[in-house]
Amino acid sequence: MEKIKTIILKEWAEVFKNKMVLFTVAFLPLIFIAMPLVTLAATANMGGEISSADSPPDEFFGDLCVDLSEYDCTQVYMLNIYTLMFMMLPVIIPASIASYSIVGEKTARSLEPLLATPITIAELVTGKALAAIIPAVAATWLAFGIYVAAAWFMVTERIFAYLVAPMWLTAVFIVGPLLALMAVAAAIMISSRVSDPRVAEQLSAIVVLPLVMLLIGQSVGFILIDQRVILWMGVIVAALDVGLMYLAVKVFQRETILTRWK
Amino acid sequence: MIKTENLTKKFDETLAVDRLTLEIDEGEVFGFLGPNGAGKTTTVRMLTSLIAPSAGTATVMGYQIGADDQQIRRNVGILTETPGMYDRLSAWRNLTIYATLYEVENVEQQVEKYLKMLGLWERRHDAAGTFSKGMRQKLAIARTLLHEPKIIFLDEPTAGLDPEAAKLVRDFIAELKGEGRTIFICTHNLDEADRLCDRVAVFKTRLRVVDSPQALRKQLYGRQVVFHLAEAAEGYASMAENLPFIKRVQAVGNKLVLSLEEPEQHNPDIIRQLVRAGANIQFVGELRHSLEDIYLQLVND
Ligand SMILES: Nc1ncnc2c1ncn2[C@@H]1O[C@H](COP(=O)(O)OP(=O)(O)OP(=O)(O)O)[C@@H](O)[C@H]1O
Ligand SMILES: [Mg+2]
Repeated sequence: MEKIKTIILKEWAEVFKNKMVLFTVAFLPLIFIAMPLVTLAATANMGGEISSADSPPDEFFGDLCVDLSEYDCTQVYMLNIYTLMFMMLPVIIPASIASYSIVGEKTARSLEPLLATPITIAELVTGKALAAIIPAVAATWLAFGIYVAAAWFMVTERIFAYLVAPMWLTAVFIVGPLLALMAVAAAIMISSRVSDPRVAEQLSAIVVLPLVMLLIGQSVGFILIDQRVILWMGVIVAALDVGLMYLAVKVFQRETILTRWK
Repeated sequence: MIKTENLTKKFDETLAVDRLTLEIDEGEVFGFLGPNGAGKTTTVRMLTSLIAPSAGTATVMGYQIGADDQQIRRNVGILTETPGMYDRLSAWRNLTIYATLYEVENVEQQVEKYLKMLGLWERRHDAAGTFSKGMRQKLAIARTLLHEPKIIFLDEPTAGLDPEAAKLVRDFIAELKGEGRTIFICTHNLDEADRLCDRVAVFKTRLRVVDSPQALRKQLYGRQVVFHLAEAAEGYASMAENLPFIKRVQAVGNKLVLSLEEPEQHNPDIIRQLVRAGANIQFVGELRHSLEDIYLQLVND
């Protein structure tokens, strides 16, 4: 336990001295908060001007929000896209932290003395993974919290209920950390092959692609994100976590690191 | 303390270490000499449980590599080929991290002890990245010792250091030897091996020879005495050849080089004979072969 803590604190002390990482962890969430709030502020004044404000939502929305007017439902629909975008945070942030931390250690050749200590691979991987996941999850939750709090002042109670619907809480609080773990596993595997942290970061962030596809699907009306989709997503990501972590731990063995990593 | 038997490591096609059999005693300073790519680092990595041998076995402090890896890691110290410090962190932080990972009980006390011992105490709050090469090496040595290992592996401890820093490191190694620790040093620096080591191994994929530096010299060249004369030495060669205790005679310019086993006993006699034959002797001295000569001969065959 003491060793895991030491690794986590060491990672933070090192990696947050890097401007690129700091930017990703601090500013990206701000951008993701700003986007929906600006949109909300812009559309809030338009409500009265839309003639069909009280007409029921058309079939495009399916059973997304049967109890709302078309206008409100459009707003819910947009907010859903933004909330889905929040899910990118727990992928991009840990990919960035883990890539810089692992490629950094690799190029500084600090892994060999580290591996010479009686730390177990499980402790080392846990430490490195938590060091990447904790800030990512914290930033995501904090950003989501701020967004929800601000939105409370900007939308009607009925719309707000959709914002904090169980499916989004599941997404942010359960699927988010699972996604973060997936990004870490990807970052470990990719970091073992490349020697530029930026390349590792970008490649690991490819994990975000399915999420982007979901986003596009939602935007063009191909898929409608609902509780079922989120639950399936959770199950698939959890399964991928197990598989990818297994592979990541396999490349993170002393012998492999010292003799096979490039 | 260290015992290997047919220790072998193969990387795909490359045979890096071939059936190394060795025994190193407690308190011994053992020099592991070999050219680039000889397999020195590979050997150290196997003996510190960083990589597994392809064949053969070894025990370190009685622990079996492969089976008691954690015990080995706990009990040995290793100075890796490159220091691998966390450059953005302070010297103090670097060492406390390692002290914790090595399960040291009094972390701060140990860190302080070695920072002071290596003369880095004043700079403890500075980032390791701001240190000179010599200071980084000293910091890395401190890191090697935090958990008071009985066996220490040093992979080229003075490589790339200026003579002054190298001397500091060597003196420190001598101090460690005084504390009764077993020290395994990989080096290209033959002078260093000569001065520090009780025994040296010349190694190039296979073990070529192991012995004390003195014994190696004697084994290869016997002992040689050189007589500097005021005139050409050639004229005295045949006279020297007739002396029964002389094994070999070489006359080069004004120098007469004689190989014999006990110069202490025979030199006075030789001098008398040379003088009688009319030689004007200017200097007499023992010709000492450097370990380098021995090394080059062994590595190049
Ligand atoms: N991971 C690896 N994959 C393939 N070959 C390797 C690997 N590591 C070492 N070798 C090979 O094994 C041999 C021994 O290498 P090693 O690093 O042990 O030599 P060394 O004696 O420490 O050399 P140096 O004095 O340059 O440090 C070399 O031929 C090297 O190319
Ligand atoms: Mg080496």
